[in-house]
Amino acid sequence: MSKSANALTLALAALLLGGMSAPGSTQQMANSDVTKLAAKLGLGRAATADEIAAWDTDVRPDGRGLPVGKGTVKQGDDLFQEKCASCHGEFGQGVGRWPVLAGGAGTLKADRPDKTVGSFWPDLSTVFDYIKRAMPYGNAQSLTNDEVYALTAYILSMNDIVKDETFELNDKNFTSIKMPNAAAFFEDDRETSEKQFWNKNPCMKDCRPAPKVTGRAMAIDVTPDGKSGPKVE
Amino acid sequence: MTDRTSAETLNRRRFLGAASLAGAGAALSAIPALAGETAKSEALITDVQDWQRYLGDGVDKHPYGVPSKFEKNVIRRDVPWLTASAESSVNFTPLHDLDGIITPSGLCFERHHGGVAEINPADHRLMINGLVDKPLVFTMDDIKRMPRVNKVYFLECAANSGMEWRGSQLNGCQFTHGMIHNVMYTGVPLKVLLDEAGLKPNAKWLMLEGADSAGMNRSLPIEKALNDVMIAFAMNGEALRPEQGYPLRAVIPGWEGNLWVKWLRRIEAGDQPWQTREETSKYTDLLADGNSRKHTFVMDAKSVVTNPSPQAPLKHKGRNVLSGLAWSGRGTVKRVDVSMDGGRNWQTARIDGPTFDKSVVRFYVDFDWNGQELMIQSRAIDSTGYVQPSKDELRKVRGVNSIYHNNGIQTWLVHSGGETENVEIG
Ligand code: HEC
Repeated sequence: MSKSANALTLALAALLLGGMSAPGSTQQMANSDVTKLAAKLGLGRAATADEIAAWDTDVRPDGRGLPVGKGTVKQGDDLFQEKCASCHGEFGQGVGRWPVLAGGAGTLKADRPDKTVGSFWPDLSTVFDYIKRAMPYGNAQSLTNDEVYALTAYILSMNDIVKDETFELNDKNFTSIKMPNAAAFFEDDRETSEKQFWNKNPCMKDCRPAPKVTGRAMAIDVTPDGKSGPKVE
Repeated sequence: MTDRTSAETLNRRRFLGAASLAGAGAALSAIPALAGETAKSEALITDVQDWQRYLGDGVDKHPYGVPSKFEKNVIRRDVPWLTASAESSVNFTPLHDLDGIITPSGLCFERHHGGVAEINPADHRLMINGLVDKPLVFTMDDIKRMPRVNKVYFLECAANSGMEWRGSQLNGCQFTHGMIHNVMYTGVPLKVLLDEAGLKPNAKWLMLEGADSAGMNRSLPIEKALNDVMIAFAMNGEALRPEQGYPLRAVIPGWEGNLWVKWLRRIEAGDQPWQTREETSKYTDLLADGNSRKHTFVMDAKSVVTNPSPQAPLKHKGRNVLSGLAWSGRGTVKRVDVSMDGGRNWQTARIDGPTFDKSVVRFYVDFDWNGQELMIQSRAIDSTGYVQPSKDELRKVRGVNSIYHNNGIQTWLVHSGGETENVEIG
């Protein structure tokens, strides 16, 4: 503790003495200095099984967290028209600027990709997890598990991933459904694929030919008036 | 700064004379006479002003102080066409109106997915469950009895500058770069809380979850969680603002803002990532070949000149201050270079103020401007040797559809009248 306190004082002194290039980061103590102080504080209480069940609704790609339940495409269609279509459209095409939920297959390499549950999402569990926690927008966590199964089934059918109206999605067959774009995701590789951006000697003089303006934000004219804001009293 | 040589002063006077002859352009203010020259008296000085004669407001006019009424335009702004509803939307920090490195709490940009949750701290609970020895529930009082740390960090939304992938779109650094803020957090290292619950050896990932109506959830690798993540209850010395997650938020230094879950209510430990909506449908980077990068957590080095910029044009010939911000999620900013000619030639800017790990730095170039057209750029270089790339260099690797992580070099074109605009150059 006192050691780190000293380090802090020294760093501050270095700054005050006008050391513009002082390695200021030493001012930010390593978390480890503090975590050493903390070993078992005895704070907090045990979470009850009911509390965990109430909050822990998340679902993983391997099916972990799926509740027991079921719902068909047909049931999902009815629910969707009642609770979701006002924003997402009858067939998930999206009303106005509300999110599109279906279509877009084969557009990911296109000039304007259409990223939807069907064309882009790698895992079905995400659909269940998200609808259960966040939809319908403005009335979250109001759906039963069976309703979420049915809505998920309907979204699969809108995206032609299941074709049969009588198809029933349930906790048993859930993980057997594979999403079309599942294989297209890979781990962050910037440190290798963008290695050229680590450059010991960035050019300082005569680095490029004279630049020409090729595009102007003002020509597109979609900027809100940045000088006056909403009225503030 | 050293005094200017007399030759420089002479040159400057000659140039000023020429400029006023040429009319200097309507956007530029009249050039005041230099010290020693005959000047006209200003009534502002010769007449007694109201604020000099009459008593001003007493103390407590504003028990919580507010900015001067002359600063009314220093506000967050949104881009209404971006989103369908204000509750799942974003507004932008007015970077061009700020200085130093700390963003005032009320100007920190907002991004919500289900509006601002309003939570009485007495009603807030944080649960830790999953692969732990003992699932626990903490109150805010519990958390405030734990050892605290204070850290200055930037938070940048991964979609900052996302509208600019295909070319210049928005005319102002508030809109092109304003999804960033930099504040001092007070809170508890996450490790302290995890140690209380006792992580099981197979715990490799955490899921952080918000108490808002979006139930925001993200997976976080355990190494990061144990390294420098903190659970914060204060920013800039006072309680978090509601729109920044009051009463409790995650702070994930150097990593994309979406991970910094606000209104934090639960942390679950597991042995693999959850693949939540925000880490699959969103916050993955679609490349030109149709494949997508995931887990692109780190914010690459980036910088922007905030003055001059489209909302803050040059107003005077002669002496000016160029100012800007630079940051890197990989460490500290080591150097910032500035170009006035669209990247042909560069000079190293002066960094002033503290340089913290994963915090923004403020840089300046003090320069004389004679009214010539400028193409202003800045590039950040961080402690790992990463050099902020040009937009075209980025596009070469990533295409134009990745939405997120656009850290390319920004160009501002300054016209001879001082007006400044966002341009793309080739
Ligand atoms: C009032 C409008 C509204 C209604 C009604 C609504 N949603 Fe949504 N939905 C939204 C908004 C807004 C978002 C994006 C939220 C955000 O930005 O985080 C969204 C997102 C989604 C997404 C994720 C889309 C993506 O590409 O990431 C799914 C899936 C979804 N909604 C399903 C549903 C279902 C199922 C229902 C009916 C039970 C429903 N929604 C009802 C507005 C609505």
